[in-house]
Amino acid sequence: MPAEIGTKVVTTRFGNENAKTLAGYEATGGYGTLRKALAMRPEDITAEVKASNLRGRGGAGFATGVKWGFVPKDAKAVHLVCNADESEPGTCKDRELIYWDPHLLIEGMICSAHALRAVHNYIYIRGEMMREYAVLQRAVDEAYQRGYLGKNILGTGIECHLTVHRGAGAYICGEETALLNSLEGERGQPRLKPPFPAVKGAFGNPTIVNNVETLMNVPAILDKGGAWFNDLGMGRSGGTRMLCVSGHVKKPGVFELPMGITFTQIIHDVCGGVPDGRKVKAVIPGGVSMPPLDADELDVPCEFDALQTDERIKPVMVRPGQQFDLGGGRPLRTMAGSGGIVVLDDTTDIPRAVWRIMKFFAHESCGQCTPCREGTGWLEKVSRRVAEGRGKPDDVDLLASIAHGIAGNTICALGDAAAWPMLGFLTKYRADFEAKIAGAKRGAA
Amino acid sequence: MSLEFSADAQKKIAALCERYPSKQPVVMAALHLAQKEHGYLSDDALRLVARTLGLPYAHVYGVATFYTMYRRQPGGKQTIRMCTNISCMLRDGYAVLAELEKRLGLKRGESNAEFTLVEEECIAACANAPCAVVGTRYFLDMTVAEVPKIIEEIRRKPTPEGEVV
Ligand SMILES: Cc1cc2nc3c(=O)[nH]c(=O)nc-3n(C[C@H](O)[C@H](O)[C@H](O)COP(=O)(O)O)c2cc1C
Ligand code: SF4
Ligand code: FES
Repeated sequence: MPAEIGTKVVTTRFGNENAKTLAGYEATGGYGTLRKALAMRPEDITAEVKASNLRGRGGAGFATGVKWGFVPKDAKAVHLVCNADESEPGTCKDRELIYWDPHLLIEGMICSAHALRAVHNYIYIRGEMMREYAVLQRAVDEAYQRGYLGKNILGTGIECHLTVHRGAGAYICGEETALLNSLEGERGQPRLKPPFPAVKGAFGNPTIVNNVETLMNVPAILDKGGAWFNDLGMGRSGGTRMLCVSGHVKKPGVFELPMGITFTQIIHDVCGGVPDGRKVKAVIPGGVSMPPLDADELDVPCEFDALQTDERIKPVMVRPGQQFDLGGGRPLRTMAGSGGIVVLDDTTDIPRAVWRIMKFFAHESCGQCTPCREGTGWLEKVSRRVAEGRGKPDDVDLLASIAHGIAGNTICALGDAAAWPMLGFLTKYRADFEAKIAGAKRGAA
Repeated sequence: MSLEFSADAQKKIAALCERYPSKQPVVMAALHLAQKEHGYLSDDALRLVARTLGLPYAHVYGVATFYTMYRRQPGGKQTIRMCTNISCMLRDGYAVLAELEKRLGLKRGESNAEFTLVEEECIAACANAPCAVVGTRYFLDMTVAEVPKIIEEIRRKPTPEGEVV
C-alpha cells in the first residue's frame, strides 16, 4: 500500500529523547531485526534490498541493492562507509536522523555490513556536526558494550566494527571518492572513476558508500520485507522520503513523506503555504545542485524518476533554442537530489539568490580541475556583478557559456552541481537577469 | 618549542590507530586534538602530529590546510558559525550576521580572545533558518532583535569546539 502523509519508517523515534540510549532504543523494539538479519545469508539480505527498490538518498538515487551487487565475489576485505557529511545547502535530514535515532543507523549498518561481509566499517560525519557526533559516538560505545559490535557479535562468530571518523570542514568530502580520501587521512579531493568504490575504495578494498537515510531504511526492509517497502513507494522507488523544506513557507521543517507527494501538496498541505499571501516563484527540489522548478511545474511528484522525466518540467537550455544535452540527446529537467526543498516566493531577488549559490560552489571547489576551479570562480564573479546592479549586457550569455563549459568536463559532479542550477535559473528566470542588467545600464547612463 | 599531547590525547590516538590499517587516517583526529590542546595548529603542532603518527610534515601540512575547521592562527575560545547560505539568506541571515558583527566588534573571519566569528556555509539546519552553531549548540530561527540575548547565552554557557574531540 502506498505510504500516506504520516507513514513512518525512519522517523518513528523522533521526539523521543530516551530512544537515543541503548535501553530506550531496545524498549521500542530496537536491535530486534539485527538478530534476524545475522541468521540470514548475506546474499538473501541483498536480494531483499534489491526487491525493496530502495534507492540512495544521498543525491544520485542509485538502486542500493544493485550497488551492493557490484562488490566482487572473491573480495578479501570489504568496507561499508556511511556518508554522514550532509552539507548540500537546503538539506537537513541526516543530522536530525542521527540526533534522534543513532542506534537505528548502527543497526542498519550492521545488517548491511553482514550482507556485504564487511568487517571494518566507518561513519564519516561532518566536522561541524559536533552535537550529533557526541550522540553517535556514545551510541557506538554502547553497542560495543552490549556485544552488537565487536569480534564475535551476539555469539554468532561474525566480526563487525564501526568507527566514527570526523571530517573537518569541506563540502566536497560528501562526494564519495573525496570522502574516501579524507577517510584515508588525505586532502579531500575526488578520485577519477573508474575504478568505482565498489571495486576499489577505502584502503584499496571494495567499499560501499551509502547515505545515512539509505542505511536507516534497511532494518525495516528486513523486518517487513522488500515487497512491503516497495509497495510504500511509487514506480521504481520504494519507501518514503525524508524531505527538508525551507525558505518561504509558513511551517518549514523536516518531514518523512510519501514518495509520490507533489510539490504543491508539500508547500500547501504540509507547510501551510507561502506567508503573507505571496506566491511561489521558484522551488529548488533537491539541494542547490539541482535546477529549479517554476510555479507551473509543482504538480509533479517528488520522486526520483518523475523529476528526471516528467514532461511537465521544461528542459534546461544552454540558450534559447539550444537544449542542454545530458548525453545522447537526453534533456536535463531536474533531479530529486538530497531532498532539500527550498521555496522562493515572488519577492525573491533571483539573481542575488543565484549569486549566493555560486559563491558556495566557488568556495567549495577542490581546485583539481581547471573548468571547475576557474569556472565556478567566474560564475560567482559575474553573478555577483549582476546581483549588485553592475551587470553588463552580455552577462546572461557569458554565465551560460561558462556553465556550459564546466558541465561534463570535470573529475567529479561538483562541476555539474554548479553548472546545472546556473543554466536552470537562466532558462526559467532569464527575464529577471535581463531586467536587473537593463536597470544597471540605466543607472550608469 | 617542542609540543606534546596530554596523556588523554595520546590514549585516544593510540586507540584510533587500532581502527585503521595504517596510522595515516588518524591524522584528522590528531589535528582536532592538537588544535584543542594547543589552541591552533602552529608549525610546532603540525610537527607534533607528524612525529606522533610517523608521517612526513608535508603531508600533515597538506591536510591541515585543506579543511576549514583547522586553524593555523590563534582564535577565540568559542567559534560562532553563522550560516548565510540560501535558506538562511532568504530569512535575513545576512542581517543577523551583520548584527553579530556589530555587537561583537568583529568582522566575519576575525577573532578576539573570546570569539571567532565565521560566515559558514549550510550547517544542515535549514528548516530553522537563519541559524548558527557554536560547538555542540545550535541557535535556530534567529532574529536580529535576539542577537544580544544570544551572545549573552553563549558567554554564560560556553560550548567550545574542543569539547567533543
Ligand atoms: C559534490 C557532491 C557532494 C555530495 N555530498 C553528499 C553528502 O553530503 N551526503 C551524501 O550522502 N551524499 C553526498 N553526495 C553523493 C555521494 O557521492 C554518494 O553518491 C552517496 O553518498 C551514495 O550513497 P547513496 O547511494 O546511499 O545515496 C555528494 C555528491 C557530490 C558530487
Ligand atoms: S569538479 Fe571541482 S570539486 Fe570536483 S574534482 Fe574537479 S575541481 Fe574538484
Ligand atoms: S542554508 Fe543555512 S543551514 Fe542550510
